[in-house]
Amino acid sequence: MDRKRCTLKLLVQPSRGLVDEMFIILVQKAPSGFQLTVHALHKCEDGHSWEAFGHYTADTIGTVNVSEDPSLGGTYSGVEQMGLLWSLRPVPGSKPGLRLRKMNVQIPMEVTISVYQGHQTEGFMDQVPLASVVVERWYMAPGVSRIPITEDGLTATLFLPPGPGPFPGLLDLWGGGGQLVEYRASLLASHGIASLALDYLTAKIIMETGKMVDLQYFEKAYKILEQHPQVHGSSIGMLGLSLGTSITLKMAVYSEVMKLRCAVCISGCHMQPVDGSVEEILKYFNQNADRTRISEENELIWRDVLLPVPSDLAFKVDMGRLKCPLLVVVGEDDQNWPASESAMDMEEMMEQAGNSHLLTVLSYPKAGHLIEPPYTPHARASLFKSLATREKMIVLWGGETAAHSRAQEDAWRKLLVFLKENLYSGSNPGTTSLSHL
Amino acid sequence: MSPPTSPILSVQPTRGLVDEKLKVVVESLPPGSPVTLHSLHHSEDEDYWEAFGHYVSDFRGMVSVSEDLSFGGTYTGKEDMGLLWSMRPVPGSRKGLRLRKMNVCSPMLHNISVYSGHVSEGFREQTPLTSVLVERWYMAPGVKRIDIMEKGVRGTLFIPPGPGPFPGLLDMWGGGGGLIEYRSALLASHGYVSLAMDYFNSQELESADLEFKYFETAFNIIKEHPQVIPDRVGMFGLSLGSLVTMHVAAESTIVKPRCCICVSGSHFYPNTFFCIAENNHHVWRDMWIHLLDDPSKKVDVGKINCPILLVNGKDDQNVPADECAEDIALLMNAAGNGHLLSRVLYPDTGHLIEPPYSPHFRASNFKAAGVATKTVMLLWGGQTKPHSDAQEDAWRKILSFLQHNLYSSTPPRAKL
Repeated sequence: MDRKRCTLKLLVQPSRGLVDEMFIILVQKAPSGFQLTVHALHKCEDGHSWEAFGHYTADTIGTVNVSEDPSLGGTYSGVEQMGLLWSLRPVPGSKPGLRLRKMNVQIPMEVTISVYQGHQTEGFMDQVPLASVVVERWYMAPGVSRIPITEDGLTATLFLPPGPGPFPGLLDLWGGGGQLVEYRASLLASHGIASLALDYLTAKIIMETGKMVDLQYFEKAYKILEQHPQVHGSSIGMLGLSLGTSITLKMAVYSEVMKLRCAVCISGCHMQPVDGSVEEILKYFNQNADRTRISEENELIWRDVLLPVPSDLAFKVDMGRLKCPLLVVVGEDDQNWPASESAMDMEEMMEQAGNSHLLTVLSYPKAGHLIEPPYTPHARASLFKSLATREKMIVLWGGETAAHSRAQEDAWRKLLVFLKENLYSGSNPGTTSLSHL
Repeated sequence: MSPPTSPILSVQPTRGLVDEKLKVVVESLPPGSPVTLHSLHHSEDEDYWEAFGHYVSDFRGMVSVSEDLSFGGTYTGKEDMGLLWSMRPVPGSRKGLRLRKMNVCSPMLHNISVYSGHVSEGFREQTPLTSVLVERWYMAPGVKRIDIMEKGVRGTLFIPPGPGPFPGLLDMWGGGGGLIEYRSALLASHGYVSLAMDYFNSQELESADLEFKYFETAFNIIKEHPQVIPDRVGMFGLSLGSLVTMHVAAESTIVKPRCCICVSGSHFYPNTFFCIAENNHHVWRDMWIHLLDDPSKKVDVGKINCPILLVNGKDDQNVPADECAEDIALLMNAAGNGHLLSRVLYPDTGHLIEPPYSPHFRASNFKAAGVATKTVMLLWGGQTKPHSDAQEDAWRKILSFLQHNLYSSTPPRAKL
């Protein structure tokens, strides 16, 4: 195609969107029946390059609409409006075991969307595309305030939505990798929920004293939210993923201080020493470390370490005592935690206790452990630094990319509805503003 | 104790370009309740601008600005963008203000809020039910901004993202002078390499002398840029910039613009800017009418041989744009190139026809660069609602004209 006469137009709307917003990609004025590749390129904070691409054929008027037309091949196929984001993978030659996580939420992810001639699968960086645009994907809506919290020995960040408030609140906990991971909390604040991301494994106080935190640490975080002038104290929920679910369930059932209005547990389980804090929970997990398996690709499979589900009530949270609504999200291909088995046992316990009306389980076939906000790449396995051994190894999380990405999209939408229904009063699920999702 | 019912306000997109439409929806209100939707902007000059509309929620407790009617405020009726175009300085502000974004690398921020009841004043003293912050950008992501200081030309070049090559535009504002970048940034966001020029500055030029070579040099800077298609460079002018555009298109033997857009322009050369005071506002329109009879004072538009689009407001109090457009048509028809001319004329529309959804100013403070030594209050004209409609319609027609003449591979035609 003559570059000087090339009139092909590429449009992506919105050009600046939130991470959980869909976008529309339109290619126009291509020659009729033209074969082209739509390509996405992202350079992450660690300096690695990620790419995704789909093969399309323009229609008789020279248009390709990614939300309506099928991709005939590439890193995704079929009609996949957001395939260019969720199927992003490290470019050939990258080091193995990478995982894409945004640590600085105050600036957006930048993705370059380009159109290349023909159905291509490699060598994109050595060619000049026919057209390209830059798209920003934000974890923080305009007006969301980011407030580091260091009082009471906490290592946390509070994200407040714009406006006068008061807002419902949420404690947001990640898993065994530690660090202060902010992106989910900032995204939830962008949806009107004052969210506190809490580091409870690598917090400053742990680094300084060499000791794990006790349960009061979490209660202090709860109090920060409860007492905040812009947070509605009796509208606080808790969300945990992986190890974060262990803490969430423990606090939801046993804490005298925390009066949670609702809880969300993603890829977790209720098996833990009922009388222990973080340290005891971690020890309990490690005692069966010999049940670790290794996959054919040399990836660590940890799900058996927590199995079988014990019948001894000293080692699982007494779900019958739960008093608030609970949303449990499970990937059926979770290779890291036995989330499915745990969900089944929790359901049984609650049925016997008569409080199963509080429980909703979302179980996704072929989804893995890392069920994250939608339209972000799926990591089936990645490098994981064990806090106990300080070793880095490749851990198998599980999940088949397309199914896992669908699960992320569906779970996120349902999670937002669940939180809004339970944290706001008087709102009907039907009127919740989710039109942009 | 259960949490209070909180209405939910959603504005999409939260980060959009200034010419993109907003979708403003409020949910979870009590059914049938009166509310006020309010927008507040704190300008770079530290002034506050606001707009508001009075609405009533439906049986579901919802208000949708694009579908419901406003019954009072700074705009009424079904106006999906009323919260932006009807903005005006808050009570107590300085007089004669004009809202212009000078730093295009950062967005304009608007606080959109919902107040209980139909409120018309004292917004700052009340707490809204809810509010969100919205960003409005003149620059799309990936657009590059480059300072130009070469061959005596001072300006800013904006380049769209992507490999190119792209069509180009020389973008010129009016007699106020200075380097105004926002329209160029927006044009680059639509795929045009655009050079905003500072050409009317008392340091560089003498009074109303317009250096011909300066514009030819500037045009060539764009044309010779590696990411520009050399035979697809046009010119875009407003007010005095229109005069420059027509002059260069008619007289230059070096520069051949592919097409021209002239907004609120006249085709005659004023000798001096003299002012007639009227209602304390300086009205320049009428003083120029008599010059129409003198051909030596006019651009020889018969020599223009590229498609040209004239965009004018019938209530332009600064320049007799309507009468000029008529005269230009006569002259071009007589020369046999009338088929290249397209004209749009908007009723009740003033001089400052800007990108859409920006507020309208019937009059504002003006300091003519290098000519007047004091600031005067200049009457631009136009009534807010029709003027805003004109801005929205004109922008769409301008983009379509540019797309057709600079992007399309078929030979350009003048008619839209």
